[in-house]
Amino acid sequence: MSTEFHWSRKDLLGIAELEPEEITAVLDAAESFQEVSARAIKKVPTLRGQTVVNLFFEASTRTRSSFEIAQKRLSADGLNFSVSGSSLTKGESLVDTALTLQAMAPDLIVIRHAYPGAPQMLARRLAAGVINAGDGAHEHPTQALLDALTIRERKGRLDGLKVAIIGDIEHCRVVRSNIHLLTKMGSEVVVAGPRTMMPAAIAKLGVTVSYDLDEAIADADVIMMLRIQLERQSKMLFPSTREYFRLFGLTRARLQAAKDDVIIMHPGPMNRGVEIASDVADGSDSVILEQVSNGVAIRMAVLYLLAGVRQAVA
Amino acid sequence: MPRIRSLENPLANRRTILDAEQMQRVIRRMAGEIVEKRGGTDDLVLVGIRTRGVPLSEQIRDYIREMEGVELPLGVLDINLYRDDLSTVAQYPEVKESRLPGPIDDQIVVLCDDVLFTGRTIRAALDALIDYGRPRSVRLVVMADRGFRELPIQPDIVGHKISTKRSEMVEVRFEEVDGSCGVDVIETGEGE
Repeated sequence: MSTEFHWSRKDLLGIAELEPEEITAVLDAAESFQEVSARAIKKVPTLRGQTVVNLFFEASTRTRSSFEIAQKRLSADGLNFSVSGSSLTKGESLVDTALTLQAMAPDLIVIRHAYPGAPQMLARRLAAGVINAGDGAHEHPTQALLDALTIRERKGRLDGLKVAIIGDIEHCRVVRSNIHLLTKMGSEVVVAGPRTMMPAAIAKLGVTVSYDLDEAIADADVIMMLRIQLERQSKMLFPSTREYFRLFGLTRARLQAAKDDVIIMHPGPMNRGVEIASDVADGSDSVILEQVSNGVAIRMAVLYLLAGVRQAVA
Repeated sequence: MPRIRSLENPLANRRTILDAEQMQRVIRRMAGEIVEKRGGTDDLVLVGIRTRGVPLSEQIRDYIREMEGVELPLGVLDINLYRDDLSTVAQYPEVKESRLPGPIDDQIVVLCDDVLFTGRTIRAALDALIDYGRPRSVRLVVMADRGFRELPIQPDIVGHKISTKRSEMVEVRFEEVDGSCGVDVIETGEGE
């Protein structure tokens, strides 16, 4: 925990541009914020008077709730701006929406958008700090950070671990951020999934590619199962969910190949019996619910760090 | 509250108020005073304010254990989330964990800090404490009281009262944090 290092970014757009020290700074701060959620009175006055706009162009229950709780615990005023019932469905452009919001003088904007790069564009144009809560399949930095916090808590480190990421590598929004973060921090990453869900150039990110679950999880310290987006099944990426489960579903029997102290992660929402067997999801190796609690702490840390920089700029 | 540690200036004029040995004697005396004022150790909870209130509270606990044979519960408070100057500082401070030893309802909380100056740190600490429960009372123990209060806050037990100028800085050093023990007054030349 270096005392010299200071967070200096106005925005959190992705993991790709972060230095390892910055990642460590967020994780360390989040550890301190965990304590707030354990109190009887789960609130500190730190961001009193600061306004945070939650701008969700895509449906999200978990991520948005997590950001909202984080804002409430820091005493920030959160405003939810979601697609249904807003001018966004009336044809307003993203920039016009953003400029409208800007005129209301928010301090921070949390954005989820289907198009990669939407948060970057807002960050360039707005004085407010921008937090990317998922831009298509590009980046979802707070998810990767909460995953890293969960791993670090359980394993005491990130470097030298073998992490297997299994499932829809192409479409899942959490994959790229996780790969960037884990490889920067010295983990060895293996990705596995059906060929139809494997982007051609994924190995360029410094990961090993496998098309076989058993091979991928051999000696793994961490297994991250990704959600199969059943709503994409119309694209016929795999013949049936039963076949998917047979080839890539994580079961207790297959877990034998991993290390004894392996931990099982899933960003949620889970499809039990498709990518993960129920007894594995609920088993003692599963840290899926810890991921959710850590999500609040990570988002508190990010809000705090960005608000601090925003203050310095103002 | 912002503690400027501009010790790079080798010309800084430093005078020692207490050396390591004197400081130990003072802390032992303060530990005795805590027990004396309470008439024992019942319901006492020690809470050190980060950073240097923590080693002070630990040493007080050790002396009370020595004198009374009782191990008082010990907590740590980080007040950064409660600061009143967050809107003016250039950079938010690094937040570290707060950890209280258990419920503080109906307990007598003994807050420990190294230097009492404006009183703003203590105001923040009181707000933080109240979020954890409702202590029967809160007592304030400081190693050094240097004056210049900006809030109506007074200590119950003081290690050493020091007359200072605004431009001076009081530094309390602990082995665990600073590698040496003692109390110094340093002329920073940055006065108002």
